[in-house]
Amino acid sequence: MITPGLYHILFISTALFFIGMYGFFARKNLITMLMSIELILNSVNLNFIAFNKYLWPGRLDGVFFTIFIIAIAAAEAAVAIAIIINLYRSHKSIDVEQTEEMKY
Amino acid sequence: MTGSTIIFYLLALLTLVSAVLAVTSRQIFRAAIYLLFTLIGIAGFYFWMQYDFIAAVQIIVYVGGITVLIIFSIFLTQQAGELLPKQKIGRQVFAAAAVFCSFALVMLQMINHHFTVTADQSTTPTIAAIGEKMLATTEDGYALPFEVVSILLLAAMIGCIVIAMRPEDTLPNEQDLQQK
Repeated sequence: MITPGLYHILFISTALFFIGMYGFFARKNLITMLMSIELILNSVNLNFIAFNKYLWPGRLDGVFFTIFIIAIAAAEAAVAIAIIINLYRSHKSIDVEQTEEMKY
Repeated sequence: MTGSTIIFYLLALLTLVSAVLAVTSRQIFRAAIYLLFTLIGIAGFYFWMQYDFIAAVQIIVYVGGITVLIIFSIFLTQQAGELLPKQKIGRQVFAAAAVFCSFALVMLQMINHHFTVTADQSTTPTIAAIGEKMLATTEDGYALPFEVVSILLLAAMIGCIVIAMRPEDTLPNEQDLQQK
């Protein structure tokens, strides 16, 4: 086993990103799609921290991007779940196939 | 082969395996629990890189906040013990193929690109430095984004309440009628 470095962390964050993307493609349930989005956002955060540590250890920009992404992800999850619960109340289902009339 | 290396590979195993299970499990509650383990693994990576503050924020916000929110919304919208419907096999194969091809493409680009890694990785940011920079109004301070995110969070909270509020003029549902 090699000593882990920048490329190892980049491999993991890329793998997490595409696992999240697979979930986004293959699932139909709105909550599981939201979970896939969380995975994607987390992989981006991991990337920012890895670049900050290995390329510019004296600076703090990656840390701040990560903090702001976490804050925005929390707001996004709260709004998404409010929409999902409202949708369930009117449709009794949170499957994306049955929410077509949302676009009208 | 040091302890740090072993911990790294264990964390990688935990994160990736539970991420795959989170997107493939057909029981939605289990998927949420696997997502919890993935988020804990990522917090472990932040600890491993000695970014303690980010790790703490990750555990507080993601593990303590968002996962609990997702689990509550599962309780509110799903029947207990119900499996998610099976997806068409063609859709799954297409999704897996597309994802695998893009993954291979990105990895090829990344391996061919040479990042100039700095030799000195001993400096990790202190919380005092983070706090000072976040509220600094000088040239590369982050006071303005901080305020913008505060407004965004406030707007999101108000928006959530407005969206999830039951409108008063809707017809009473069956339970209300039965109680009367």
